[in-house]
Amino acid sequence: MADGTIGLWTVPLAVLGGAIRVSTPFLFVSLGECITERAGRINLGLEGTLVMGAMSAYGISYVTGSPWLGVLAAGITGALLGALHAGICSLPRVNDIAVGIALMLFGTGLAFYLGKPLIEPSAPHLPAIDFGWWSDVAQVRAALRINVLFLIGVALAPILYWAFRTTRWGLLIRTAGESADAARAMGHSVLMIRLRATMAGGFLAGIGGSFLSLFYPGSWNEGLSSGQGITAVALVIFARWDPMLCLWASLAFGGAAALGPALQSVGVTSGYHLFNAAPYILTLLIMIITCSPKRNLSGAPAELSITR
Amino acid sequence: MTSETADPAQAAGIAPAADPGFLQRHGGSIEYVLIPGAALIAALGVFGGFVALFGKNPLDLYFYMYYGAFGTWFSWQNTLTRAAPLILTALCTALPAQLGMVIIGGEGALLIGALCATSAALALQAMPPLVVQFSMVGAGMIGGGLWIMLAGALRQYRGVNETISSLLLVYIALAVLNHLVEGPLRDPASLNKPSTREIGAANMIGSIPGTDVHWGLLFGVVAAVAAYILIYHTTFGFAARVAGGNIRAAKIVGLSVGKLILSICFLAGACAGLAGMVEVAAVQGRTNANLAVGYGFTGILVAFLARQNPLAVIPVAILLGGIGASGGLLQRRLGLPDASVQVLQGIIFIFVLASDAIYGRIGFLKGRS
Repeated sequence: MADGTIGLWTVPLAVLGGAIRVSTPFLFVSLGECITERAGRINLGLEGTLVMGAMSAYGISYVTGSPWLGVLAAGITGALLGALHAGICSLPRVNDIAVGIALMLFGTGLAFYLGKPLIEPSAPHLPAIDFGWWSDVAQVRAALRINVLFLIGVALAPILYWAFRTTRWGLLIRTAGESADAARAMGHSVLMIRLRATMAGGFLAGIGGSFLSLFYPGSWNEGLSSGQGITAVALVIFARWDPMLCLWASLAFGGAAALGPALQSVGVTSGYHLFNAAPYILTLLIMIITCSPKRNLSGAPAELSITR
Repeated sequence: MTSETADPAQAAGIAPAADPGFLQRHGGSIEYVLIPGAALIAALGVFGGFVALFGKNPLDLYFYMYYGAFGTWFSWQNTLTRAAPLILTALCTALPAQLGMVIIGGEGALLIGALCATSAALALQAMPPLVVQFSMVGAGMIGGGLWIMLAGALRQYRGVNETISSLLLVYIALAVLNHLVEGPLRDPASLNKPSTREIGAANMIGSIPGTDVHWGLLFGVVAAVAAYILIYHTTFGFAARVAGGNIRAAKIVGLSVGKLILSICFLAGACAGLAGMVEVAAVQGRTNANLAVGYGFTGILVAFLARQNPLAVIPVAILLGGIGASGGLLQRRLGLPDASVQVLQGIIFIFVLASDAIYGRIGFLKGRS
């Protein structure tokens, strides 16, 4: 490490770089979950979707040689898992949270099962754009090597924000989430809206997974995801179901997750695991502060089972 | 152990009445066995089709699963050893379910219970083994109990959804465990796998005589029976089921819903904490990251498959313990990946949940599932 040149600046730089790199899966999963939850369903199975997405992206990228086909495959896999979730949830008296837990088990299990032969080979990675060309310092260049998927995710947040507010689809999703009866009275099938919203959510979560295996950390193994899918679901609550807040919260969570390794690199090793748990603790604290037995979380879709 | 909790029943202060759920429960019991059983068979069928896609013979699969789970005395012992923590972690989901709460944080309570039990054993090294073992049971149950009670308290006093909070607490518990095991509690001799010091061979709880199955199985069975009696044959359990059926009605008749939530959550966590203690005192001998192998998550599946009935948890845990136990044989004989057990569990879980939709259609109107 060329540590002497920039000294303690390593930490904020690593946090910045980490915020950009680590936040991308958070960003995609949380935007996806945001769509699903706005429609009135909660999909806890996105952890499984993320891992399945990572596995299928890696596999397809390895077989075809095109990482972008891998990203597409991850999205499609995610959408299929979303359809499975929505399909089971549309049966009467089925608890969506429990289905999510089942799909979390199923998705990770299936990914490990199918991904066994993919641990050895190495697949082509996603390209990155070098925004750090102006600097001579290696750490700055490393921090500013930004993946295209991150930029897509950043662009997606305001698009979703706008779409929820102004488009017909956004309105339909929000209606299904706020009052299923109202959506029904308008002549729309709530189940169909939720099916599509859950599939869209799964699509984005799958893409988030492809980032894990095709860019950072950039390989396929069974320890690839350490609960990022769950964190992202919690992050949506943290972000009050607002796509723009999802973006900022993802960056903050990414930075928090990068803080542990960054501190470790300058010799602060104690508390490493506690820093890793920061996103979970933060989410829990936010829920404690903003919930009250009298009223719901502000901004929460009224049909959402966690707010009832 | 858990029977001491009959006390809050009197505290709840309801007159012991004839249990109206009794007849209903037995009227629907055929449905309770038939539907999960059918879901299980359907899941096995789908899994058979799945492995057939990879060129394996499904009949071989079923044979080796049976053989690896219940075929020999050796596999029976393996199955029962795995069933012990599953019974206890399943109770962590099944007990709060009586109140209509979905707690999925058994894994976290298991880890905290293991940490507390190990710390108790390490602090009391000089004491006679029996004292150490009792303290481990107490510490594990109190640790795990408080951990889940936190989720219950947040629900009661802050309106925080207990499912999300208990899941977040799993990851926090894992971080706490890793932090302590690699820091303050680390045994300097454990190089590759950071662990606490060993609790000592004398303090291990050992096996049931004549078997290799440890005493944890008995802990599990006793806890499940006690939970069953508590829920179905005490006023406390009756109050809990009333509150689970209709919170407003429970408040009108003067039940203290907050006390019910806190005590049920404590008991639920205590069961999972006991599972952690058992894994330390009967299997691992110390605390390290090996404890987080997913007994808490499989326990959720056990609870749902058992329709949240504490007594049904025992056979279901043995069944799923058997599936887990057969994993090794499937790997060796059929060359299936070690994740096949997890895939099968996922499929079973999906079918069991989807089968919830059938309940009303066969008949037997139930108050709630």
